[in-house]
Amino acid sequence: MKTIKNTGLFLFVAALLVFTLSITFSRHQLTAELLENQISKQYHREMIQQQAGEVLNKEYATNITFVSALEPILQQSKDALDNASGVDPAQGVWNAVNLPEGVSEWEYRMSDADIKSYLFSLTKYSAMGLLPGRASLFFFLSFILGSLGALMYFLPDLLLIPGIKNNQIYDSTATRGVNFQIRMVFLLAVVISTIIGGIFKALILAILTIVAGGLIIFFIYRHHKKKNIDNQKSRTVSAPKGSGWIGLAAVTYFIGFYILLYFYPHYITNWTLMLDPISEALGGSPASQWFLYGFLYTVIMIVMGIRMLIKYRHNRYQLVRTSSVIFFQIAFAFLIPEFLVRLNQPYMDLKNAWPLNYSMFFDYNIDSMVGGGTPFAIAGWSTSVGTIMFVWGIVLSLVVVPLFTYIYGKRWYCSWVCGCGGLAETLGDPYRQLSDKSLTAWKAERYIIHGVLAFAIIMTGFVLYSYLTNSSQILIFDTYQVRSWYGFFVGSMFAGVVGTGFYPIMGNRVWCRFGCPLAGLMGIVQRFKSRFRITTNGGQCISCGNCSTYCEMGIDVRSYAQKGQNILRASCVGCGICAAVCPRGVLRLENGSADIDQRTTELKALHISSDGITINA
Amino acid sequence: MHIVIIGNGISGITAARFIRKLSDHQITVISAETDHFFSRTALMYIYMGHMRFEDTKPYEDWFWDKNRIGLKRAYVRKIDVQEKRLEFDGGEGMSYDKLILACGSTPNKFGWPGQDLKGVGGLYSYQDLENMEAYSPGLKRAVIVGGGLIGIEMAEMFHSRHIPVTFLVRESSYWSGVLPAEESAMVNRHIRAHGFDLRLQTELKEIVDDGSGKACAAITNKEDRIDCGYVGLTAGVRPNIRFLEGSGIETQRGILVNNQLQTSAKDVYAIGDCAQLHEPMPGRRPIEAIWYTGRMMGETVAHNICKAPTDYDPGIWFNSAKFLDIEYQVYGDVRAKPPKNHQSIYWEHADGTKSIRIIYDKDSKEILGFNLMGVRYRHEVCEKWLRDRTNVEEVLQHLSLANFDPEFFKQYEKEVIHLYNQQSGRELKLRSKRRLNQVIRFLTGS
Repeated sequence: MKTIKNTGLFLFVAALLVFTLSITFSRHQLTAELLENQISKQYHREMIQQQAGEVLNKEYATNITFVSALEPILQQSKDALDNASGVDPAQGVWNAVNLPEGVSEWEYRMSDADIKSYLFSLTKYSAMGLLPGRASLFFFLSFILGSLGALMYFLPDLLLIPGIKNNQIYDSTATRGVNFQIRMVFLLAVVISTIIGGIFKALILAILTIVAGGLIIFFIYRHHKKKNIDNQKSRTVSAPKGSGWIGLAAVTYFIGFYILLYFYPHYITNWTLMLDPISEALGGSPASQWFLYGFLYTVIMIVMGIRMLIKYRHNRYQLVRTSSVIFFQIAFAFLIPEFLVRLNQPYMDLKNAWPLNYSMFFDYNIDSMVGGGTPFAIAGWSTSVGTIMFVWGIVLSLVVVPLFTYIYGKRWYCSWVCGCGGLAETLGDPYRQLSDKSLTAWKAERYIIHGVLAFAIIMTGFVLYSYLTNSSQILIFDTYQVRSWYGFFVGSMFAGVVGTGFYPIMGNRVWCRFGCPLAGLMGIVQRFKSRFRITTNGGQCISCGNCSTYCEMGIDVRSYAQKGQNILRASCVGCGICAAVCPRGVLRLENGSADIDQRTTELKALHISSDGITINA
Repeated sequence: MHIVIIGNGISGITAARFIRKLSDHQITVISAETDHFFSRTALMYIYMGHMRFEDTKPYEDWFWDKNRIGLKRAYVRKIDVQEKRLEFDGGEGMSYDKLILACGSTPNKFGWPGQDLKGVGGLYSYQDLENMEAYSPGLKRAVIVGGGLIGIEMAEMFHSRHIPVTFLVRESSYWSGVLPAEESAMVNRHIRAHGFDLRLQTELKEIVDDGSGKACAAITNKEDRIDCGYVGLTAGVRPNIRFLEGSGIETQRGILVNNQLQTSAKDVYAIGDCAQLHEPMPGRRPIEAIWYTGRMMGETVAHNICKAPTDYDPGIWFNSAKFLDIEYQVYGDVRAKPPKNHQSIYWEHADGTKSIRIIYDKDSKEILGFNLMGVRYRHEVCEKWLRDRTNVEEVLQHLSLANFDPEFFKQYEKEVIHLYNQQSGRELKLRSKRRLNQVIRFLTGS
């Protein structure tokens, strides 16, 4: 059993190494043929070819040198086209005045989005050498072998007697977390570089690499030194002093991954090459970095979901719930949108509700949805698939979400349906104990999550105002600027880099707890008008603290349970783990309307009166 | 008024918290064990790596200042009940107006040769945990003496670190003084399924010294020698009252208290594990060293001091535990050796790890108790039935109201009723469902 596990672990680490290094396994060469194939806009193509000069047909040994040669050429091409079209910011001329007959402005001029897209596709398809010809071999060596290795590591646990399996979580350098100071150093590094990064993104990577690298070296050094001095006591019963260096390494890896994905996708084109066949088969187009992300996300959720199913195989609530999040990821987040595209309908994740889906009311989204897709008529009223989907999105957000939250609590979404929640409950399960349970953290949480919610609502309001009035100015704000701030600070940095990147040191629900505006909205419903609560079983609590420790949302469940009080918190996502780890059968997630306005009273607290002590008040 | 509480376990801390709720008296809690209150019941989870020590503290460290509960780390050496003064190790002292003794228990030792060697210990205090921890690295085997709740916890702890365990149980079956035969047999099977070397009807004879003052083996009453690096003594606990010798406070096995938890000395109270009731309620023991009674006593003593004198009333018996992976809950009067009038319905799942036992009076058919293994029942519902002396057939028909297992778990109430019907020739049917609304209506009588 141990051999199988170790082999699995070895395979996984090897596959991770192959996967990581494979982004460098290519040489690159820009050719006229490549430009012909990748750039359909004639003026762009011709200008780039003209600007390329000696870069054309020159072979570059790595994608890094290639990108650094290509990027200035694209920029020069853009400038040259702008010049030729008569744009002259110095003279206050922002739009093209001099275009060839019958050519629209953006057929001629290059936008920043064009540059990003050309950089990506030219890098991707200029690849030659080790990986490009053998993409499927590398797909096997990384994705398949990595998944198999991980499964080999998890499957032998089926031989153990079912039950709560949290042994040695706080002894493992991967899952024990780090102490408060180091957590704050990391968080501050990200927050500060995010703010600066709004101006210059490369700084994020640089600052983080330095901070993370230094800390990891420090811990490995301390770890070894400690071993030598103190070999009498192998471990102390007190808190780990931030020695979770594998966890820190994982944080660094995750953050690095997200930064490449969001801001430098042209460096990870080799990963997308591996997925081209699958992407072609599903959606009919080659893999973008978003397809890569969706595929990776789904694979990780399946593999880690299997781990979760094995770990909690004695608990049917966990089995049903975990199967549900895996299903919604595979079907709704991954496959259905691809099929929609294949069938010429607009792309949409049909379970993604506003304001988590913050781009729902962006002009380009409304334009592609409303009237998009196949037109048809119902009862003489003509509409289209895209319109219906858009209406569904609004109904989901404004009717279904609050209604279901009233009936079942926000768990129906957060830990049964949602993709972010799904990743947290699968990949994130080994880290759930690392959420901060302090009162300070709870206070911070309420400010931050409701702040994001307010930001999301204001941003959406601005965007809709601009859409309806065609004016991009409200007071002193440029609505497009506000929208891009939200996208960068919340959409990319908070939800991705911090939300997932910080799993191994701040617990697996960082985004859901502190950031998600939809969770914030449902939390308000759950707290004030919902049938859901976690019931405490009379006086059975022994204050052991397993429930609080394993609460991924950082709720101090014990503080309610030991008073005999029901747990009714806006943040509770109803994962049910508190009830699972409770050794005394004290907690139960349940719904009921009979006492809906008295859910928070100390109905079941131990109570003393002149008749003695009773359990009911 | 200065109220001093000796002991920062659940009893002492509950007393302190409720005194603060009810009054503005000055409160000082003294402990030699730890600076802050932690949950003793969670010690095992620290060792197993499920939790850190700070996770076992039910209140954050700022809580005590904020609630003006003074904490003092000291060992009380002497109590002068005339002068109302305590003396600490090191000579310092402290005066009190009211004193609450909540000093807990200490593991039983029965005069075994070698019982004070190094590498021998119980599991009660934080220091006991540190002791276990100190001998764990490189440990090849541990022997655990005593088949009760702490014994199986200790066995699970060593097992979590892959340290082989030999478990000596004096009785013919695990915890058979408390658990009915079938439940006890279930735990035996479960212990063995986990791979422990369970030796029933076996007692410790002596612990062997390796020559350096450290335990190296245990010898049983069957003259078997078991080489081991640690011997866990878990044959129950007794009140921790040695420091009271000469204080004039009347003690027997524990500190004797009346129904208002007052000791023989004026303004001195005793609560929790260390207290021994002069007149326990019928069917209850004079010393009940469990979490829940400690908490109730803490609350009662606070009420006694700050409000009107109130008799301690622990209400209907309940308890719970977890034997490795099998949870256990009990409500009401469940006995290992039932008297003649006790009749029980015992249902056991085919997998042998879940059971429901319902006990009722043979003649009057009144419900007497519930004993549950691997199934959770709702405290308030069971308690209401027990308090109302409900007819067992009424209970059975509404048994689903008591089910507290998580959603989607299989429910076994139908099988229990079926079993009863078979035994009694009746044709009862389930008339309630496991719905919270029904439970609330039942409990509130609406």
